[in-house]
Amino acid sequence: MDFTFTEDQLAFREAISRFLMTEAPPETLREIWETEDGRSPEMRRKMAEQGLTALSVPEAQGGLGMDDIAWSLLTQELGYYAIADSMADTAYVATGLLTALPAGTGLRDELLARIVDGDVRIAVGHPVNPLVADVHLADVILQAHQGEIHALKREQVSFERNPSIDSSRRLSRVSFQPGEATRLVGAEQGRAIWDQTLNRGALAVAGQSLGLAQRMLDLSVDYAVQRKQFGKAIGSFQAVKHKLADVAGKIEFAKPVLYRAAHALANNEPTAALNVSHAKLACCEAAWVAARHGIQVHGAMGYTWEVDLQMFMKRAWALDSSWGDRAFHTSRVAEAVLAADAPIGPHHSFGATDA
Amino acid sequence: MQLTYTDKQNAFRAEARAWLEANVPGKPLASYDTREGFEEHRAWERKLYDSRWSMVMWPEHLGGRGCDLIEWLIFEEEYYAVNAPMRVNQNGQLLLGPTLMEFGTEAQKQHFLPRIASSEDMWAQGWSEPNAGSDMAAIRSKAVRDGDYYVVSGQKTWSTRASFADWTFGLFRSEPNSQRHHGLTYLMVPLNSPGVTIRPIKALNGKEAFAEIFFDEVRVPVENRIGAEGQGWNVAMATAGFERGLLLRSPARFQHTAKRLIELFKANPEVAARDPGLRDAVVESWMGAQAYAYSSYHTVGLVQKGAKVGAEASVNKIVWSELDLKMHETAMRILGARGELRGSAPEAVDGGSWLEGFLFAQAGPIYAGTNEIQRNIIAERMLGLPKA
Repeated sequence: MDFTFTEDQLAFREAISRFLMTEAPPETLREIWETEDGRSPEMRRKMAEQGLTALSVPEAQGGLGMDDIAWSLLTQELGYYAIADSMADTAYVATGLLTALPAGTGLRDELLARIVDGDVRIAVGHPVNPLVADVHLADVILQAHQGEIHALKREQVSFERNPSIDSSRRLSRVSFQPGEATRLVGAEQGRAIWDQTLNRGALAVAGQSLGLAQRMLDLSVDYAVQRKQFGKAIGSFQAVKHKLADVAGKIEFAKPVLYRAAHALANNEPTAALNVSHAKLACCEAAWVAARHGIQVHGAMGYTWEVDLQMFMKRAWALDSSWGDRAFHTSRVAEAVLAADAPIGPHHSFGATDA
Repeated sequence: MQLTYTDKQNAFRAEARAWLEANVPGKPLASYDTREGFEEHRAWERKLYDSRWSMVMWPEHLGGRGCDLIEWLIFEEEYYAVNAPMRVNQNGQLLLGPTLMEFGTEAQKQHFLPRIASSEDMWAQGWSEPNAGSDMAAIRSKAVRDGDYYVVSGQKTWSTRASFADWTFGLFRSEPNSQRHHGLTYLMVPLNSPGVTIRPIKALNGKEAFAEIFFDEVRVPVENRIGAEGQGWNVAMATAGFERGLLLRSPARFQHTAKRLIELFKANPEVAARDPGLRDAVVESWMGAQAYAYSSYHTVGLVQKGAKVGAEASVNKIVWSELDLKMHETAMRILGARGELRGSAPEAVDGGSWLEGFLFAQAGPIYAGTNEIQRNIIAERMLGLPKA
């Protein structure tokens, strides 16, 4: 029993964090997001050079072969620096899907190798999301159709853009003609892979939400220390302190839930779906509270476009319903813990413990 | 990250489970807030001690098993899973014991620690005073040095079960006119000393759950001092955070309550049908208790790698106290009109245990440092916000 990370995992996170701190400051993100496509090929290339896109690609395809547990740290960094959907969707979610395909499936190895190189953008169309993120620049779209997995080039789909209040998001309604030529695997194999992909997508969003929560907390603490009223920093007032302390508490307690779920997913544990939904709810709640208290602490400044808080706040609001909304995840948890033979109670911190 | 138990840990769990299943009292003990129940709980503590289960993390020569923190979590899981009695001597075992281990003299350790482990001595704490609650450094009870004695005068309050306990420990002002946390001395005082008067205070449940202690020139031998004279504050604080944060309320206790709550919810489908929001409240209780378990295992892992628990202890205290409150509020919501019934009522559900728990849950955000004080600690020490 060791519920901690290895030195390597922590060091990798630290390196990526330092890289993003320099390369993805809010003013740079604003410039990128204001463009039509909202993406920067140059930043993408630099992130690939850092090894981020290679993280969970199998070693056979030139990747680092790490798993969901490493990603549970890195998605927090992606969230903290508000890196747009395409990165997590390609490097984490699509990589997981492709890796799960049977060896020899067309495109599998080729796409995985291209993910490592950082020269491919992959969008993932799962039915839990009504709209698909980042189709507009995608080289490949992995799309569900009645449990089947289809791989489509952008020219093979038609899509209609649906602008989001989160300036980083590029969402589209996608329609396409499924056919023999586009199908990677049939429904029999596809359904299990899509289930796993949903869990991975939800976990990616959970990690990013937690990172967003931390960013909003840091911004709010900075503001509360600098802003003075009644001759004092507003952060010295208990009404302000207690709001921010509550955010810190939500974040601290969501982290281990995220890590528990990452371990379950990486090891195909029977409770993975339950653990992932728990993590999604806990992390998104932390982000939701961080946004609400963050804007309150910022006062009128928090309601402006100018102050950076809004970038992270809107992304947190958007991700709250991405890869399964609250109703979806709450129902999954309820179904699992209210089942007749549910493994609940003090014996079951980590599943069955029939000594 | 490795979330399975070792063979040794599984064997330890099996041993604990077997002993507990064979020895846990068949019917619940009387409330430990009564004299009768207090002694029943003392006898249970003695039974635990005789089989070396009372303080599993203490070394073997003190009657423990030298367990690590993971084994402690496992023991707690087994303990609460069988609904074993509440621990009556936590003030001695979790607060005073570790303080003695760190600051006590050899003679103090040899005399007091085994008696704490066996509950031969039962301890009440003497921190709060009428004008020193959240502002504990405002302590005024004094200890005047007179040769080999301190002469103690003043008043302590909110001392849990002091009406029945044998000893109290606390801080007393030993330097006249000293300010705040300076000039305080940590003393252990037998409650049968001449000059000690105890006045019980009835709690919400109508029982003498705590008391005021009056000291009128009570002579306390110098050898009952822990640490140096005037250094009491540092002695008291050194162990307070860790004990309060990690050990005082193990996650198993709340996982057990969450499980009972789910059973109560399932047993009352007609209420659930009228109150559709109940399902989510019940599910959130399970998530909260489970998150607390994950958090504890995570913290324990970090501590075993050498990390120190700091202001995170305050996060813990807020989380478990608010979780406990929320779970009992949800139970009362399910019980509806039956919720107010005392255990003696023929129509009370589960012997009135939800009501008893609901009342006690009201105290959670207040004792062991109010949650407002905890939020100040988090804001100032974790987030670096300025002091008022």
